[in-house]
Amino acid sequence: MADLTKEQLLEMYRQMVLIRRFEERCEELYAQRKIGGVYLHLYNGQEGTGVGSMFALKPSDHVITAYRDHGIGIAKGADVNRLMAEMFGKRTGVSGGKGGSMHLADRSVNFWGGYAIVGGHLPLAAGIALKSKYNDDKEVVLSFIGDGATNNGYFHESLNLSAVWDLPVVWLIENNLYGMGTPVEVSTGQPELHKRAIAYGIKDFGRVDGMDPLAVYAVAKEAVAYAREHGPALIESITYRYKGHGVSDRLYQRREQEMALYKARDPLTVMEDHLKQLDPGVESALAAIDAAARETVEAAIRYAEESPDPTYDDLINHIYA
Amino acid sequence: MPEMTLIDALREGMDEELARDPRVFITGEDVGKRGGVFRATMGLFEKYGEGRLVDSPLAELSIVAIGIGAALAGLRPICEIQFADFIHPAFNQIVNEAAKFYYRSAGQWNVPMVIRAPYGGGIGGGLYHSQSVEAFFCHVPGLKVVIPSTPADAKGLLKSAVRDPNPVLIFEPKKGYRSIKGDVPTGEYTTPIGPARIAREGSDLSVYAYGMMVHYCEKAAEQVAREDGIQCEVIDLRTLLPVDKETILQSFKKTGKALIVYEDNLTLGYGSEVSAILSDEGFNYMDAPIKRLAGADVPAVPFSHPLQEAFMINPEKIAHAIRELAAY
Ligand SMILES: Cc1ncc(C[n+]2csc(CCOP(=O)(O)OP(=O)(O)O)c2C)c(N)n1
Ligand SMILES: [Mg+2]
Repeated sequence: MADLTKEQLLEMYRQMVLIRRFEERCEELYAQRKIGGVYLHLYNGQEGTGVGSMFALKPSDHVITAYRDHGIGIAKGADVNRLMAEMFGKRTGVSGGKGGSMHLADRSVNFWGGYAIVGGHLPLAAGIALKSKYNDDKEVVLSFIGDGATNNGYFHESLNLSAVWDLPVVWLIENNLYGMGTPVEVSTGQPELHKRAIAYGIKDFGRVDGMDPLAVYAVAKEAVAYAREHGPALIESITYRYKGHGVSDRLYQRREQEMALYKARDPLTVMEDHLKQLDPGVESALAAIDAAARETVEAAIRYAEESPDPTYDDLINHIYA
Repeated sequence: MPEMTLIDALREGMDEELARDPRVFITGEDVGKRGGVFRATMGLFEKYGEGRLVDSPLAELSIVAIGIGAALAGLRPICEIQFADFIHPAFNQIVNEAAKFYYRSAGQWNVPMVIRAPYGGGIGGGLYHSQSVEAFFCHVPGLKVVIPSTPADAKGLLKSAVRDPNPVLIFEPKKGYRSIKGDVPTGEYTTPIGPARIAREGSDLSVYAYGMMVHYCEKAAEQVAREDGIQCEVIDLRTLLPVDKETILQSFKKTGKALIVYEDNLTLGYGSEVSAILSDEGFNYMDAPIKRLAGADVPAVPFSHPLQEAFMINPEKIAHAIRELAAY
């Protein structure tokens, strides 16, 4: 069970449960149109990758991701009330309601946000890492990347740059087997995505079982340490999203078998099993964590509902030219 | 004439062009088996197969650039960009390669390609699924830019674009994909790239618009006719590049007052050029300042619903602007 204490393992579990409950409620609120927008991209199924990998970071390290960002923001420690308020497009949201679900960001915890232009955040990750190297402050950037995004020019340019400049960045590919409706084998000549690291001279940490948060943690810990001392590292996490690309996508049906396979290895269940193995009496602690998570989410929803809408003044605020 | 939605008309146009010319193929993200993110190509994969409905990796630069290469070499690509907001990675290829090739090769090569992209806000898309990008491309000689507002024009302009020997960008008002319905002629026809369309006749004031805004302007025009007796002429510009100066000026000659409506940001938006044409060549007919009603100069359409509504132009805002101008 790696080098983590029971308290730390429970904390990991707490984060995953909080993400799951947060998103379950978001899905309901989206169906009720309390949360708006054309898209709601859920992270469920992938919590083990986000939480496991971020557990290897220090608070001063940086995290950046694409639009599937709720779980990443929560795990990086952004305020849950303000995250929920952003989902609602409220003035008290982390992005003042301007960003919404896909563009959560909280500078105070080094969560650089979600990005809707696929791949667009990757060179930014390299730039953030450049600052760390420039100032020698030994901060690592953990950059999440979808499998689909690895086919974009941004990815290649960023990887190469990070290698030639020895930037302290961990490239974490979340291979959930699809980019929208396109399976990896259809979009990518070398479907073992981690192998791309080799071509750029980046340290390849291989594939990891993304449904097991402890496996992810173990490899992330090594990769983060490597990045901090030497330069870029790459990990490919094999994971799965349970919902369509967005929750309202009815595109991707007839995947039941594949889905069942992954659901049987749900990261929350895997973590519960780890914990029970360690301490057969842990059950009640897990139940208490779940209850607390539900309460946190309900409180966040109340906060969001009671928060004011932005006004016209907010439309023309944060403009400088 | 059967009634159709805008997106069904586009699909029918693509279907007919695929059937007519074996050189025509469609590429883009999920355009094949999945029929496209908005279902614009639904059913075409089954009909024409994977050789002609080509799913691409997530790579807009390449979707366009491979289209350019294939077009240069003799094929007739239709490249789909899922949202106009994602066209920016391909900007270089469009502006530096597609637009310049015919000119720089002294006519040796031309680039017969179509780039389709849904644009515009009002659908809860937020910062990166709402943009209007037409002004960037209308600044570039060497491109043609069309924006249909009716199903008949959507199909007709698409067919013209496919047959055009030069690169044509079609920006499609996605908010109207399914809400805009209209009659589409039966049988073979095309809508020529070039002429604007008079959507509503009137003598008091000219309203110029394209895309979704045409419908909002028509609505506003009806309202002010009913309530105030103001008769607006609504011009659907539909071909932004090349621009139909003649129709623009003819209407202005009649009314002497111009309101230009677009949902893109105000400053240096397409309406700025229409305004310049009017003041340049229509000065003698001018009875009032030329007015533009457009999106606020903010970096993007924000997510929050009240902010989006504050940004978006709607029939009420247009009616208000019409009344002000009419009273001048
Ligand atoms: C530049 C750009 N192109 C296309 C899209 C539309 N789009 C959004 S997500 C997506 C698929 C991305 O897949 P992947 O990187 O695997 O991430 P996942 O959704 O699986 O987390 C596409 C095509 C976009 N947002 N930005
Ligand atoms: Mg994916």
